[in-house]
Amino acid sequence: MPAKPQAHRASAAETAPKKIDVKDLSAGFGDKTVLRSISMPIEDKRVTAIIGPSGCGKSTFIRCLNRMHELSPIARISGKILLDGRDIYDKGVDPVLLRRRVGMVFQKPNPFPTMSIRDNVVAGLRLTGSLRRSTTDQVVEKALVQAALWDEVKDRMSDPGGSLSGGQQQRLCIARALAVDPEVLLMDEPCSALDPIATARIEDLLHVLRNDYTIVIVTHNMQQATRVSDRTAFFLTGDLVEMGSTDDLFTSPRDPRTEDYITGKFG
Amino acid sequence: MRAPGPVDRRRGKVGERLFVWLCLACVLVPLAMLGVLLGDVIVDGAGRIDWAFIRGFPSRRASVAGIWPALVGSIYLIGLTAMMAVPIGVGAAVYLEEYGRRSKVAGFIEVNIANLAGVPSVIYGLLGLEVFVRVFGFGSTILAGSCTLALLVLPIVIMASREALRTVPDSLREGAYALGATRWQTIRQVVLPSALPGILTGAILAVARALGETAPLIVVGAVVFITFSPDLHSQYTALPIQIFNWVSMPQKAFLENAAAAIVVLMVVLLLLNSVAIVLRNKYQKRNY
Repeated sequence: MPAKPQAHRASAAETAPKKIDVKDLSAGFGDKTVLRSISMPIEDKRVTAIIGPSGCGKSTFIRCLNRMHELSPIARISGKILLDGRDIYDKGVDPVLLRRRVGMVFQKPNPFPTMSIRDNVVAGLRLTGSLRRSTTDQVVEKALVQAALWDEVKDRMSDPGGSLSGGQQQRLCIARALAVDPEVLLMDEPCSALDPIATARIEDLLHVLRNDYTIVIVTHNMQQATRVSDRTAFFLTGDLVEMGSTDDLFTSPRDPRTEDYITGKFG
Repeated sequence: MRAPGPVDRRRGKVGERLFVWLCLACVLVPLAMLGVLLGDVIVDGAGRIDWAFIRGFPSRRASVAGIWPALVGSIYLIGLTAMMAVPIGVGAAVYLEEYGRRSKVAGFIEVNIANLAGVPSVIYGLLGLEVFVRVFGFGSTILAGSCTLALLVLPIVIMASREALRTVPDSLREGAYALGATRWQTIRQVVLPSALPGILTGAILAVARALGETAPLIVVGAVVFITFSPDLHSQYTALPIQIFNWVSMPQKAFLENAAAAIVVLMVVLLLLNSVAIVLRNKYQKRNY
């Protein structure tokens, strides 16, 4: 096992209250089932990592958490996902409003190419019409500082978002997600398109963000899971095989399939 | 089997060179034709172009005849046509691409739009005559002519706009949805700005087509001999009609007038296109 920072783990040993409670969630596309009866809690202000081989349903799982899954016309979904005790698939829940509470960062950085760096940060607020001119600069600076990008871009705020490097673009996307002030941040393999240095910066960032946000990160990189997460869930072909504190899961897995995966026997 | 030696490699190179020359020839043939055509027209007509010709009205005497009513008519026509065809065409494209993307109806509509683009323009003229001139009672006015031309170029605008919308990656739409944007907010602020260069290209093509159309305008009642500056509710003429008329005159002097009018038409077209291209480049640069 690689060396990992232990500093923040002191508090992680105790369980935190549940922010999200997934109950008997199944999902798929058309006839194809991608997730089978998943039940798991996601704890408040913790980093939860979802690991597993390609095609195991990791991405579909987190796309269910902010109702992005249903954007596909053949998407199927059943079960419950309670956010602060309320089922997000309830009839009365507007997915648009839900997504402002549950932000998302994608695998490939996707800054809006027609917008400047500044406009990208406030895009969420502007898109939804909740931006007040007097506070724009503060919002932009706060989000960029949180995303550890402020120092690199503060002198070029009017440049297009696409002019940044890949790692900077991804941090810009994180800033964009944070600017709408979500409670939960979903990250779908946020470092898979980035080089090791950019990856390290994002991981450092996660250590800070976990103080304020509930974070769910999908990763196919087990070292990354051990470095950044408090709890880890292992998915295999649509089933949740095992979930526990990251330390336990990686040092003493209960399920032989988990052990095979983390020791590199497959995947 | 023999390993490819230097000889074989040289043969490959010869083939490559031949292909390049062939492609170059394919570029040069239409260019040369166009050049000859342009040269011929300019030689014939350039001497006729002066301010009096541009500001002049039609006349039985070729030497004093001018194109002012036709020029004004054409500018009105393409302006109105673009004002009608572009918003409607973009709206239709947004519906087909963003809302009805996977529905069967959209597929059916798509085939029909492609068919419409191939319908002869005279047919649009007949439709315009019945619907706009008679039923709507516009009479033989610029308004009726523009409506007809707008119908004619609508398929071009729709198809170009759809193509442009299709090039906007889904990751951008998802990015907007994930920020809590509605579909409309996503389209308005993320998708349409990204598709703008392509949409403008479609608008250029549409306007160019409208500027050159003659047949439908004759059907909906554009006349040739106008001795006043037309407005929206008066009788009108257009440059291609004026040209058509002069070309069919027996006197050689009128042929020179026609050549001169063609030059003016092409200058107008070039001006319009360059405006659109400048706009497009401006937005494209902003993109990356």
